[in-house]
Amino acid sequence: MTALARAAAARPLDTPPPLPLLPRRRGVELALLAGAVLISVCGYVVVGLARWHALPAGALRYGAGLGGLALLAHLAVRFRAPYADPLLLPTAVLLNGLGLVLIFRLDLDTPADHAAPTQLVWSTVGFVLFIAVVVLLDDHRTLQRHAARCAALALLLMASPILFPAVNGAKIWIRLAGFSIQPGEFAKVLITVFFAAYLAANRGVLARTGRSMGRLQLPAGRVLGPVVAIWLVSVAVLVLERDLGTSLLFFGIFVVLLYVATGRTGWIAVGLLLAGIGAAAVGTLEPHVHVRVEDWQHPFAGIAAGQGPGQLAQSLFAFAAGGMFGTGLGQGHSYLIGFAMKSDFILATFGEELGLAGLTALFLLYALLVARGYRAALGLPDAFGSLLAVGLAALPALQVFVIAGGVMGLIPLTGMAMPFLAQGGSSVVTNWIIVALLLRISNRARMPGKEGEGETGKAGEADGGSAAGGAEAGGSTAGPPAVPAGEAAHGASGAGALAGRDGLFGSGSWVVGFLKPTGSPAARSRPPSAASAPSSPPAAPAAPAAPAAPADDASAPEAGR
Amino acid sequence: MIRCIRHTAAFSFLLLMALLVNAARVQILETEHYGNSPANRRTAIARYAQPRGALLVAGRPVTGSRDSGGRLRYERSYTDGPLYAPVTGYSSQIYGTSLLESAEDGVLSGADDRLAAFPWWDRLTGTHRAGGRVHTTIDPRMQRAAFEGLGDKKGAVAAIEPQTGRVLALVSTPSYDPGELSGNGRAAGAAWRRLNGAERRPMLNRALGETYPPGSTFKVVTAAAALESGAVTDIDAPTDSPDPYPLPGTATRLGNAAKGCADAPLKDAFRASCNTVFARLGAEVGLRGMAATARKFGFNDRRLRIPSLVAPSNFDTRMDPSQVALSAIGQYDTAATPLQMAMVSAVVANGGRLAPPYLVDKVTDARGVLVEDGPRPATRQVIGPVTAQQLQEMMVDVVAHGSGRRAALKGVTVGGKTGTAQHGVRNEGMPYAWFISWARAKDSYQPAVAVAVVVEDAAADRADISGGGSAAPIAQAVMAAALG
Repeated sequence: MTALARAAAARPLDTPPPLPLLPRRRGVELALLAGAVLISVCGYVVVGLARWHALPAGALRYGAGLGGLALLAHLAVRFRAPYADPLLLPTAVLLNGLGLVLIFRLDLDTPADHAAPTQLVWSTVGFVLFIAVVVLLDDHRTLQRHAARCAALALLLMASPILFPAVNGAKIWIRLAGFSIQPGEFAKVLITVFFAAYLAANRGVLARTGRSMGRLQLPAGRVLGPVVAIWLVSVAVLVLERDLGTSLLFFGIFVVLLYVATGRTGWIAVGLLLAGIGAAAVGTLEPHVHVRVEDWQHPFAGIAAGQGPGQLAQSLFAFAAGGMFGTGLGQGHSYLIGFAMKSDFILATFGEELGLAGLTALFLLYALLVARGYRAALGLPDAFGSLLAVGLAALPALQVFVIAGGVMGLIPLTGMAMPFLAQGGSSVVTNWIIVALLLRISNRARMPGKEGEGETGKAGEADGGSAAGGAEAGGSTAGPPAVPAGEAAHGASGAGALAGRDGLFGSGSWVVGFLKPTGSPAARSRPPSAASAPSSPPAAPAAPAAPAAPADDASAPEAGR
Repeated sequence: MIRCIRHTAAFSFLLLMALLVNAARVQILETEHYGNSPANRRTAIARYAQPRGALLVAGRPVTGSRDSGGRLRYERSYTDGPLYAPVTGYSSQIYGTSLLESAEDGVLSGADDRLAAFPWWDRLTGTHRAGGRVHTTIDPRMQRAAFEGLGDKKGAVAAIEPQTGRVLALVSTPSYDPGELSGNGRAAGAAWRRLNGAERRPMLNRALGETYPPGSTFKVVTAAAALESGAVTDIDAPTDSPDPYPLPGTATRLGNAAKGCADAPLKDAFRASCNTVFARLGAEVGLRGMAATARKFGFNDRRLRIPSLVAPSNFDTRMDPSQVALSAIGQYDTAATPLQMAMVSAVVANGGRLAPPYLVDKVTDARGVLVEDGPRPATRQVIGPVTAQQLQEMMVDVVAHGSGRRAALKGVTVGGKTGTAQHGVRNEGMPYAWFISWARAKDSYQPAVAVAVVVEDAAADRADISGGGSAAPIAQAVMAAALG
């Protein structure tokens, strides 16, 4: 406890609160799970009461099934990841349960097409994979070793649908033995793993300052290579498979992770620039995408032209019909949307039948999931784990924004599944894997007594905040960008003081960070770094240990850890 | 790295805020705008999602709803479609509504806020109110008597209660079954095309929506104008009227079908329906006096609703004296709906007071709680009581000794006026047979009913057509039903 007290005393204000006192809270998780299952069953019952004025026949089976799966998942977590975040699993179960209710409800309006049973099967597969990941994956750092394999597999998966015929204008499906699989969904997780590993290994090099334009510091030209490669891949995906959503998601995740890894706003500028060029080019060249943009700008153009309301107009009508409290489950008319009402447009049903109140609750559920992911990222000692957690949390965040913004007319519509909610087996399975990984990571983050475990390469920065940690890390130079202890400490004092002023939402932290990205910490940390390592020019890539110094100082905030 | 993670979290928070603000925009601010879009089918779906409120005649529904099971679910049905079509109108998923179905649509569909104690609560919770019930003033026996009296003939009957203005019967033949137009199916479209294309125009509401030259029945108005203006003071005194009468400013001489019209007293001229006397009186009263009296009776009123819209009856306000003379005998551009002529009769019967007609007795919600106790338009004095008394005397005389004998009822005071209106180019069209009347029980001072009947094609033989022959028996049947 004295070590803990010492660490707490040395900890700048910016760092997360001390972790070891966190209880396991498995009982809370179980109670929340019961609540999640109960809410889902209630939804099922409400649909039945609204449509037939009687309890639906499958309610008990459905409740028992969902409850059983949730219980199994809980047991897996209890025994294999006892310190895991207690909010992740119940949130995911509730979202999945609500999705099943919505699809069951929409099935009533499409007697010819019953999607709920299939979705139930896929959800079960998702649960099984969740349990498998929780049980089999001992430590998320195992994944770091398979990063290259993940990337190769991801590219293979993304490329595979090109061989299959296009469905509804997008080549994103593989049809095998009656099942249709969207490999791009699985590729999202694999590519995030690869990004996290790549960036954890190369963040020092990437963070090196190139030219500066005003306050914006652009990255050096020679390290742009991999970034441009990723960009090209996502554009290729877009052009070859006409899947705007997935390519946007890949690129978005990459930019986010790049920023988190390096702390350079220059990357954001480069990313936005490339995304802008890509979007503009594709928007004008691809008719498929061009139509989407037109639809977004004039959702009611079809009505004026006498062709009746388009899909987006119908979606907006559905949301508007919901109003504040909605029409009630089973009592809306979102089937007017027609095609894709159970997948891309499922949110419209939610908005119409549960109203703004329900929609807000749903968004907050997603926010909870994402926030717990970020929280796990904050508590981890290793860079790979942090980056992976941020990536896995940003994945559903971006996805929800892109599809929800799309169906509500905020941004141009891109085909994408609402995580857990929408019809689509690949999506549900993928999301369960994401939650499983986040759970595994949070288990590590909340595990007591593992804080100073400097076995990974990131230990130097990780514990730079405490003098003891810094010293300890100085000795371990296993990973790529290890920092001389003194420097780390110095960076910590300089940047930590700065970072201490801007809390999570206090004093406009992110705005400040965005506008003057690295100016002051870099300025403060550069003279000592130059003094301590004058022999190693910043551009030299050969020596991984030394040149990382200015870079890490530049991205000094994490030194406050 | 922590700072960057927090920036990412803050950025995600911003995305969440953007989604929530946009959701509030779409679901709260734009609700009205999107909800009212004609392309939004929800309005129609909600409208037909529940049985439509009933229209009642004498406390019994004459409309119903049948569950089609389709998307626009409940279709209107009518128990006595052709009989009440001029009252109810139609309510169709495809073609909208007409007449009372249209005028009381808010109540019938449940949209009317008066049907709820707290309308804002229903709006908040999205509750659909059950449709209200509209009780009409129609008397089923009179309605049926009029309908059966007209039979296969083309024509219309309007009957009102003189003291109150309650519309007791409203019939138009040939009629149609508005139930055929309900629903979404192909059958409704076929029926619509068939009914609209039919030569005899069954969907035309002749009682309210069509105006006819009133012919001699308009002489009641002319007599009222003459008595009110002082052109005639004694209805039994000879008038200074030549036979034939040269229309002022023209070489045309107006003759008479009847004999003994030269200098005939007003009462005799009324009974014999002397065109010369009334044309001269009209010219003497002049355009201004004639138009003013006609307007007081309800002519040229473009806003009359009962609450179905009533076509305005016409008496021209810009004419030369010869045209005024012709208009005074119900020809030239003078045109009236049957309901308007029933109002003329009612004014005479009611001592000169006009009670504007209305069709809705009261409105209740689905459980029978009173929502609105009918629109009771204020009555107004149209002609003096003495004038009304004199007109009553003349009209009774027509039924007792004149052309309206076939409207007489035993033990009942009946006053009437026949009319045979010519129309068409050079009067080649089949003349319209008119009869307007009122009836009062012998032991009562209060008139029971005022009726107007018009028959378009009374008989194949042109010579047989007359108000007294074709129209009066129908009026008699209606009055008998009113008093029986």
